[in-house]
Amino acid sequence: MGISLGFHIIFAAIGIAMPLLMVISEAIWLKTKAPHYLDLTKAWAKGTAVLIAIGAASGTVLSFELGLLFPGFMRHAGPVIGMPFSLEGFAFFAEAIFLGIYLFGWNRIRPALHLASGVIVAAAGALSAVFVITVNAWMNHPRGFRIEEGRFVDIDPWVAMTTPFALHQILHMLVAAYLATGILVAAIHAWILLRHPENVVHRKALAIAMAMVIPTAIVQPLVGDLASRQVAKYQPLKLAAMEAQYKTEARAPLRIGGIPNHDEREAPFAIEIPGMLSFLAWGDTDAVVQGMEDFPRENWPPVVVHYAFQLMVLCGILLLLLSVWAGWVWVRKKSLPQSRAFLWCTVLSAPLGMAAIEFGWIVTEVGRQPWVIYEVMRTADAVTPMPGLIVPLVVSCMVYIGLSIAVIAVLRRQVQLAPGLPQPEPAEADPS
Amino acid sequence: MTLPWLVAGLILVSLIIYSVLGGADFGAGVWDLFATGPRARRQRDLVAQAIGPVWEANHVWLIVVVVLLFTGFPPAFSVLSIALHVPLALMLLGIVARASAYVFRNYHEVGDRVQQRWGNVFAYASVATPILLGIILGAISDGAIRADPDDEFRVLTGFFAPWLRVFPFSVGFFALSLFAFLAAVFLIHESSDPELREDFRTRALISQGGVVVFAVIAAFASQLGEREHFSERLLGSWWSWFFFAAACVIALLSTLLLWGRRYRGMRIVGGAQVAVIVAGWGIAHQPYLVAPDVTIENAAAPPITLELLVWVLAGGAILLLPSLYYLFRVFKRQPAFEELRRKTP
Repeated sequence: MGISLGFHIIFAAIGIAMPLLMVISEAIWLKTKAPHYLDLTKAWAKGTAVLIAIGAASGTVLSFELGLLFPGFMRHAGPVIGMPFSLEGFAFFAEAIFLGIYLFGWNRIRPALHLASGVIVAAAGALSAVFVITVNAWMNHPRGFRIEEGRFVDIDPWVAMTTPFALHQILHMLVAAYLATGILVAAIHAWILLRHPENVVHRKALAIAMAMVIPTAIVQPLVGDLASRQVAKYQPLKLAAMEAQYKTEARAPLRIGGIPNHDEREAPFAIEIPGMLSFLAWGDTDAVVQGMEDFPRENWPPVVVHYAFQLMVLCGILLLLLSVWAGWVWVRKKSLPQSRAFLWCTVLSAPLGMAAIEFGWIVTEVGRQPWVIYEVMRTADAVTPMPGLIVPLVVSCMVYIGLSIAVIAVLRRQVQLAPGLPQPEPAEADPS
Repeated sequence: MTLPWLVAGLILVSLIIYSVLGGADFGAGVWDLFATGPRARRQRDLVAQAIGPVWEANHVWLIVVVVLLFTGFPPAFSVLSIALHVPLALMLLGIVARASAYVFRNYHEVGDRVQQRWGNVFAYASVATPILLGIILGAISDGAIRADPDDEFRVLTGFFAPWLRVFPFSVGFFALSLFAFLAAVFLIHESSDPELREDFRTRALISQGGVVVFAVIAAFASQLGEREHFSERLLGSWWSWFFFAAACVIALLSTLLLWGRRYRGMRIVGGAQVAVIVAGWGIAHQPYLVAPDVTIENAAAPPITLELLVWVLAGGAILLLPSLYYLFRVFKRQPAFEELRRKTP
């Protein structure tokens, strides 16, 4: 399940952000009538088509998999949290309908309507993410029900949907999706520009993609700060695990690096900035931060949470640096940095956004363990009683790996066919 | 307590729509596999272009069914996902393979061999998935899935016994023939080329034969059910004769229309044939969701959830049905195959 989600999150993130790029490019085309932008829109639309289809397929699998792997979870949580799933279904429906119109309707409907379908695809993609993350937020901070003799009673789906975790999780993930997709796309075009520096289409593509990266990379740390304050307030144990904070203390330090050890209850080799964690969590360097020692040992999440958190922040900082550089030059010279060094840095940053999404997802999901619904239901109690679970797990892993390879192969072919490049000979193109 | 019945009805309606739209989609893939003769290449192209704009929207109906089921009737969903874990997982594999192979084929513009390989995956998955869907629906009817309503719907039967039976498999092949029939009927409308139309007319008639054969087999196999409830319901009460008669009349009508090459209104008749069959199947189950232990009453979510769900559905329908209408109007009003081919050489 985790692995499916880990794959889905990437396809989904691209599926959210890619339509936006495509629509921006089309809007510029409609305004300027410069044919480059039409080429670019069509190229991006193809990428969008592939990724949304795969995202949709893996999303379908997930909607079943919830039941197949976690029937216990669905039986109890279904009435409480089925609502956002239903809404997500509708958002996805709208996305599918208008994607069909968008991709196949170039010659069949008026340009303004065509653009409008693209806007609906982009909006519906973002909206379905909002609903799915609402479910996850509820798992982190469940409410809208009471438990009586093991049953969920007094259910109120509306209260469940508006948990205090929803806002920051949604913002953090949406910004991350735009950021990660933006940098990935920017890197592909930067790579082509390194080899064909004069190509106008790719220069424009890079500019649009960076226009998405720069603001999101700068906003993300602020959203992240909001997120960590909420975690400090509602899930102090997760915060402690993220920061390898074993002792409850005032003036808690911010630990950078370090190798946390649950048995020794310390994290040696860390650089400590005194009082910083207290400040980040509570806005006061002298505030008390609860350590893991305050909580029963069996509820501690694994140490990997600390590493994942550190790596996520590292990826975010690197992207922030790149964005500050690009943004600074853009403001002063009205264009992106022209140097090869900048292009190389962009290419090398390609995986950072997606890596940050994965690490962040590990922080929130593994950080919630051993619970599937925080402090309500343990993961072990929700899993299906079916024996031999390893078989479906291995199969679904293989399917996802196969899908990823195929997606990359198809997209590589698309990039090679990108507008304005010398076209490969059709006959010798088959690599297998 | 009409609310659970309303939601159950809505689930059935969504399932009917999925059978018609998604079914045609699967069926089109079947005809990709059986594309033969001098026009095989063009038959495949026709299939690909016919489902291109609509297949994603068509398959969302399945997600609607699943989401409604697990929001409205959580125990039914959990019982089914445990008891039918294996066929469900296989069906998912089929859906994923089919969808991704279709996209990969369409967007892998250069490599001929790679493209062909994806085409094969798409075609085979299009055959296997409807069979699995039929097996699942058949197993739900068969009454071999047992759960204990007093012990949180703990599933009492095994992971293979409830569906490795004659009846579910006969339903599987019945579904396959039905979907293939429907797709052939729809595909006649996609082209204005008389030869291609003739190809799909033949295919529609052949698959209609399959529908009849497997309907008879399934009718006999339902007598072998664990309990007779379903077969009694299906063939034994006054209203079931109404559905039975309607299905026969419509099937006869569609066959005659095909025979006489009268294609006007053919799509509606073909769709109605599938809709009546699925509707009859669904209504024969009440008051059960998974006979004999899970009923609409005992599995329903609390009223507040159901009430919200109905409102959400109403709101969604207001927004989505016009969009859906627009989608089909843009792409399916008249034969588009030749026109689209001209514009994308």
